[in-house]
Amino acid sequence: MRTIISIIKKEFTQVFRNKTMLPIIFVIPLVQLLVLVYAASLDMKSINLLVVDKDLTPLSKELESKFTASPFFIVGNSISVSEAEKEILNNNADVIIVIPQGFEKNITNENSSELQFLFNAINGTKASIANGYSQRIVYDFNQNIILNSGNLFPETAEFQKINIENSFWYNPRLDYKIYMSSGILVILVTIISLILSGMNLVREKESGTIEQINVTPIKKYQFIIGKLIPFLIIALFELAFGLTIAKILFKLPFEGSLLLLFGSAIIYLITMLSIGLLMSVFSETQQQLMFIAYFFVMVFILMSGIFTPAETMPQWAQKLNYINPISYFMKIVRMILLKGSGLKDIINELLALVIYGSLTLTFAVVKYRKRA
Amino acid sequence: MTQEKIITAKNMTKKFGHFVANDNLTFDVYKGEIFGFLGANGAGKTTAIRILCGLSMPSAGEIKVAGFDIYKQNEKIKKNIGYMSQKFSLYEDLTVYENLNFYASIYGMQKNEIKKKADELLEKLEFSYAKNKLIKDIPLGWKQKLAFSTAVFHNPKIVFLDEPTGGVDPVTRRQFWDLIYQTAEEGITVFVTTHYMDEAEYCDRVSIMDEGKIVALDTPLNLIEQYKVQNMDEVFVKIARK
Repeated sequence: MRTIISIIKKEFTQVFRNKTMLPIIFVIPLVQLLVLVYAASLDMKSINLLVVDKDLTPLSKELESKFTASPFFIVGNSISVSEAEKEILNNNADVIIVIPQGFEKNITNENSSELQFLFNAINGTKASIANGYSQRIVYDFNQNIILNSGNLFPETAEFQKINIENSFWYNPRLDYKIYMSSGILVILVTIISLILSGMNLVREKESGTIEQINVTPIKKYQFIIGKLIPFLIIALFELAFGLTIAKILFKLPFEGSLLLLFGSAIIYLITMLSIGLLMSVFSETQQQLMFIAYFFVMVFILMSGIFTPAETMPQWAQKLNYINPISYFMKIVRMILLKGSGLKDIINELLALVIYGSLTLTFAVVKYRKRA
Repeated sequence: MTQEKIITAKNMTKKFGHFVANDNLTFDVYKGEIFGFLGANGAGKTTAIRILCGLSMPSAGEIKVAGFDIYKQNEKIKKNIGYMSQKFSLYEDLTVYENLNFYASIYGMQKNEIKKKADELLEKLEFSYAKNKLIKDIPLGWKQKLAFSTAVFHNPKIVFLDEPTGGVDPVTRRQFWDLIYQTAEEGITVFVTTHYMDEAEYCDRVSIMDEGKIVALDTPLNLIEQYKVQNMDEVFVKIARK
């Protein structure tokens, strides 16, 4: 026990004596939360729309005004489709809407007409969101026509009595920042724990102090535990710090129990710290370690469902997520914070992490060799 | 000096692939002596010392250190030895005292004992003023002396020194050897590798390695007589030319 405490004390002394360490612990979370949460927003407020109105009737003008009234579109006009297409090529337009000649006439006479939408899908996400917004506006426009002609066609007017009202659970205002900031917090503690523990052991290898440790009668488990605990404490502190910032800046809700959140965080962090140690067992230099860590973090973060929900990924990708510890914790954090889930709702994810953590920790202890 | 053996190695062999770093080394080290392990760079000195310290697994051979078998009782050996590696290995970002304290507590020494012994040690070295200085801020000669003092701080039976005076000025080297003598007088066996031949003459017995084999093993005086030369330097040159 005293041996473990000596190591913990030594690690803390070294961390806090390192002048770059404190900024890393305090400034980086702040910057990440601020920059990424605001920057990675999927809310789109300024979609450039060009209207090619070949009809020029009150009804076509009414449709155009619907778009003008929407906060999502910046509406411009273009005289021909080819002109408008040029604007898309130059990246000045995101959407073209072509209102064909005879639009009004067809609607009044035949009760239907066609509309053409052209999307700039270089950024597929942006295009599909623009599509969603446009569909919504056209749908509303349609409803209005039906409503106005309700006297003529009573049977269609019946539909209008069904009133659809949406309510978005767990994030009623569809505030993207809440979703993002909870995800960024996960990334934050992931990177801190992985890099801290990984770099630490490799640095001892590089400086040669590991040899000096290896000739002592220290037990492997004492060494590993002594290395893990300081970084676990720092990462937990980091999480608390990040949560506070997210609460103040983005009003991140704490629906569930914080105790459960931190309990799960401990299990998750042990997993990540062990992975960091494992990486350092297999690397001889800090440079090697950075490459391995970069690859690991890059893939697993993007797969974890931080930007796009993991459930919409292809089957094989979802299967790959079984071995992605980040995706489990991402889910746990969002469920506890946003949904207020309790222990029994997250038990599967938690169990997965427990298994993952004990495997990686055991592997790290076994693979760390005092004698080559 | 007693004739009690503290290290026995029989046919100690270490292979890295096809390369034989240690080829059937057989030697004994007696309790309390200063045993010099000589050889050119790449002769296999460090490999041998790493095996004896339990850092590297030998490919073959019967080896006992401090009475314990190197294969089965590795951890028991570690309680009884100290090691100063070729690469400087104190923590640069810890102070002199923090380093001593850290290593001593890993060896299970008690807090008060560490404190008392550290103060005595620094006083003896006339280095008390630097107790709370960071290692990176002190000169190399001092670093080496401290690394040595750390290696024997827990009072081991044997201390292994791997080229302890590399890159150190002649005056500091002299002081360093004074420390080694003091340690030997306290009854700690010293196993030291070097390629400075003047240092070889300070040893009780030396073994000379060449290409993984021990080619000579005796007291410096006997070797000088045997090869009919003036000093160890010439012994070494003669052996290396063969």
